[in-house]
Amino acid sequence: MEPILEVKELSISFTQYSRGTMQTELPVIRSLSLTVAPGQVVAVVGSSGSGKSLLAHGILGILPYNSHRAGELFFLGQPLTQERMEQVRGKEMVLVPQGVTYLDPLMQVGPQLWKGSRDGTHRKRSRTALARYGLGEEVEGLYPFELSGGMARRVLIATAAMEQPRLVIADEPTPGLDARSARRVLGHFRELAEGGAGVLLITHDLELALTIAHRVAVFYAGETVEEAEASDFAEGRLRHPYTRALWNALPQNGFTPIPGTQPGPGEVGEGCPFAPRCPRQGPECLGKVPYMEWNGGRVRCLHPEGETV
Amino acid sequence: MSLEGKHLSFGYRRKGKVLEGVSLTVAPGERVGLAGPSGQGKTTLCKLLSGYERPRRGEVLLDGRPLQAYRGLCPVQMLWQHPETAVDPLMKLGDTLREGGQVAEGLLEALHIQPAWLNRYPAEPSGGGLQRFCIARALRPGVRYLLCDESTAMLDLITQAQIWQFLLQWAEEHQLGLLIVSHNAALLERLCTRIEML
Repeated sequence: MEPILEVKELSISFTQYSRGTMQTELPVIRSLSLTVAPGQVVAVVGSSGSGKSLLAHGILGILPYNSHRAGELFFLGQPLTQERMEQVRGKEMVLVPQGVTYLDPLMQVGPQLWKGSRDGTHRKRSRTALARYGLGEEVEGLYPFELSGGMARRVLIATAAMEQPRLVIADEPTPGLDARSARRVLGHFRELAEGGAGVLLITHDLELALTIAHRVAVFYAGETVEEAEASDFAEGRLRHPYTRALWNALPQNGFTPIPGTQPGPGEVGEGCPFAPRCPRQGPECLGKVPYMEWNGGRVRCLHPEGETV
Repeated sequence: MSLEGKHLSFGYRRKGKVLEGVSLTVAPGERVGLAGPSGQGKTTLCKLLSGYERPRRGEVLLDGRPLQAYRGLCPVQMLWQHPETAVDPLMKLGDTLREGGQVAEGLLEALHIQPAWLNRYPAEPSGGGLQRFCIARALRPGVRYLLCDESTAMLDLITQAQIWQFLLQWAEEHQLGLLIVSHNAALLERLCTRIEML
């Protein structure tokens, strides 16, 4: 089946003023590759500050003016240019943002769902969308500050599900929710995928991602270091040492941390950004590391775990 | 010898009730987990136990004496969910740290806080680095209880494990009592000697 979204070696950098009128390029995302197929939930897991939200903004074409994007993007098989992004976003490609702050605080929920139109079809559609997520008609009359955290999240999903989207990008949809509401919210994304859409779930919570995702892309210091099937985690079929370290740090597994911290943007050299913390690193890791097929997934490492099958 | 909340009731508005008749005890060296759905008053309970808010009814006792009777730095400290909102953004980290008096010996080294950081502003270190700084600020020599309110929810797994392994060891060595609020059942299971639901 043709993938809904294909990202090939995407990089995003910012132009910054360093001293006076001297400009420097600050690379934030360096080489990011991933694929989302119809009916699939693909999770992008990375820690805060690794550039995850920028990925969403890069795909939707809402990056700030001082940024620069390189690499190839394909949406439904066609190249995704800035022009096309503007055409499809909000319709075939929707974003479920992080929090209520993305809603207009001075506008009731209803009119925000109708997108400026007051005719019967829009009203009917918004009602069905709200009802689908267990929200009554009265929610249309509420202002964003009157919504609880879980309700706000469902309203945001409803705005996305209003149109029949082909690709849903969800940016950190669960923080601040208790385990039950979080699972319910993630269930809604799974439903959207079962309806044939592709879902790109951006999160820092590996555990929750594994409960609904089919595939997981692990993100470290602006690079995808591994793409794996969600089942690979439980079966111990991991590839990159960073993924292994994440898995071992889960409280129900070893709960063992590795020393050091993730390098920030601009602190990364040519080689593998994980090398300074890596138990398997060697001098060759300071050079360029290719992204390769490995053991049924993909990995960016010269010394990955496991034998080739 | 314990930190005791007795029949605590509290509401932010005159009629509103967030907590009603809640009791909770933490003994030295004990690690108590606090779980429950959003909006049940977990954070409010922490604020009452650390003296940020006064209960409407009920009392907070530390070793049998009311918490208000303690002068100087409160022996019950809180570790907040968002470290960036828990420090003055316009003050250098070193000045923030000195404000509370002496820092326990070896603490900065154990938390991997580089001395150079103390000359910087809070916006510069990463979230995990700033949360480690907040731990150093909270763990003064006289502090005996630390209330952790979703302190690591925003951090990645490896940083989380780093912080908790440190706190577990410190708590063990100094007989520090911990109250740990979290939505993550597996985390509480791993950390706590006892788990309470609210």
